[in-house]
Amino acid sequence: MSDTNIPKSRTMPNLAGVGYKAQHLDGILKDPTSIGWLEIHAENYMGDGGRPIAQLKHLRDMFPISCHGVGLSIGAEGLLDKDHLARLKHLVSWLNPGLFSEHLAWSTHETNFFNDLLPVPYTQAAVERVVEHINQVHDYIGRQMLLENPSTYCAFEESDMSEIDFLNEVVNRTGCGLLLDVNNVFVSATNQKYAPHSYIDAYPLHHVGEIHLGGHEEDADDHGDTLLIDSHSRQVVDPVWELYEYTLKKSGSRPTLIEWDNDIPSWEILANEARMADKLLADTAQVAAQ
Amino acid sequence: MTVGQTEFTDALLNPDLAIPEGLVDYMGRPAGKRFDVYRNNVIVSLIDAMETAFPVIHKLVGDAFFKAMAGVYVRLHPPTSPLLMFYGKELPVFLETFEHTQKLPYLPDVARLELARRDSYHAKDSTAIAPEALANIAPDALMGASFTLSPVMRVLSSPYPILSLWNMNMIADAPKPQPGAEIVLLTRPELDVEMQMIDEPTHVFLSTLTTKSLGDAYEAALGIQDDFDLPKVIGIMLGQKIVTEINT
Repeated sequence: MSDTNIPKSRTMPNLAGVGYKAQHLDGILKDPTSIGWLEIHAENYMGDGGRPIAQLKHLRDMFPISCHGVGLSIGAEGLLDKDHLARLKHLVSWLNPGLFSEHLAWSTHETNFFNDLLPVPYTQAAVERVVEHINQVHDYIGRQMLLENPSTYCAFEESDMSEIDFLNEVVNRTGCGLLLDVNNVFVSATNQKYAPHSYIDAYPLHHVGEIHLGGHEEDADDHGDTLLIDSHSRQVVDPVWELYEYTLKKSGSRPTLIEWDNDIPSWEILANEARMADKLLADTAQVAAQ
Repeated sequence: MTVGQTEFTDALLNPDLAIPEGLVDYMGRPAGKRFDVYRNNVIVSLIDAMETAFPVIHKLVGDAFFKAMAGVYVRLHPPTSPLLMFYGKELPVFLETFEHTQKLPYLPDVARLELARRDSYHAKDSTAIAPEALANIAPDALMGASFTLSPVMRVLSSPYPILSLWNMNMIADAPKPQPGAEIVLLTRPELDVEMQMIDEPTHVFLSTLTTKSLGDAYEAALGIQDDFDLPKVIGIMLGQKIVTEINT
């Protein structure tokens, strides 16, 4: 499918959003203006009915929604799961999200689902299958997908291209957009010992439809080197805020998500993280207007 | 050296297997602990999913035991679908033979009750008939009518007091369970699942009604209880919104 055949996403505001958690519903409804949009994990809304879907139908009428898949396994060696694609198409059709994204990773192999974002080697063979899978998603679902850069812990000896070259080729050949996870950039850069700012400098920022920010945990590898783990379990750390600001200066404002999926905080703490992102977005918009 | 996804996943689930040699750190040294991050993510996240699915089993056996047991379970039964909200279906059967839970023979049925609650919670929405709709049907025609029951309805029968065990662990000040069989009717009149105990004649009535006419179901119930209170049971069905259609 060529770039021009893919319907572009409905406009999302260049504001901060949060990953929706049911325990925050009261806080959100008390002050809906505190948040620009919500992101949902697609797989949580693939039941047949009941409260999750009823809630999402209500929220859809109040907020722009971004639909973030975590189980499609774009990087798998095997075929995409047709049943899962059908569920995703059904969800996207009734939800009509402003953005729709998935990961440069795999999570299903043969009949098993591993519930983690497993890494892909950066090789031409992997490019070919990721391109094939994204083309399939575009053809079947009928909308543009954003592809998210991973957090990586180890590397593949067989990799012979950079992550950026990999993403560039996939974007150019499929017409997909990119979801730039700035925390993932920081985590991967720390773990693989490269400069996160150089990564941003080389990144095709004009294809970015959404930015993610999140918290990570710190550990050490067998040699005592820092090993950061993308946990979505705490606040965004200062160096990631700084990298985000650096990114915004180059990319301009983009819808920005605060991801917090484990050790979920009170609504006040999460809303405050979103406010910090909104402030940087407003500063960026102001600079752009001058 | 290339690393295929079969090799990767084998090592992921089995910590006794060597980490694939083609996985390295930024200097090309063996991945070691870096690979363990994936191993840990997979197992911990699946154990968390089990905890979310089975809060009462978790309370009954305690946190440390549950995590150890779930660790065995998730390696034996890794998910086969990305819909983790439906993960854990084999736990009741697993508990029937798991050697360390044989002294708690009620656990499999408590797990079945938790699965039934979850299935009902996510089941398809449907619209119940208005109670007046029933009054508009002539009494003669009514007995020959067949009822379509809501897809959220579940009935679970156990030789153990499964609902009392559930209540004791999830509701403050609920009475202590007494030994004995319990039959549980699960419904979802709005968005929350509700559970109530029913007797054997009501159970027979409801299960007959899923395939036969109201008259047949009533007769089957009368066969085991000659003063079976039909209006009372119909009152429960209407109140719990489990009748979605009446075909005369």
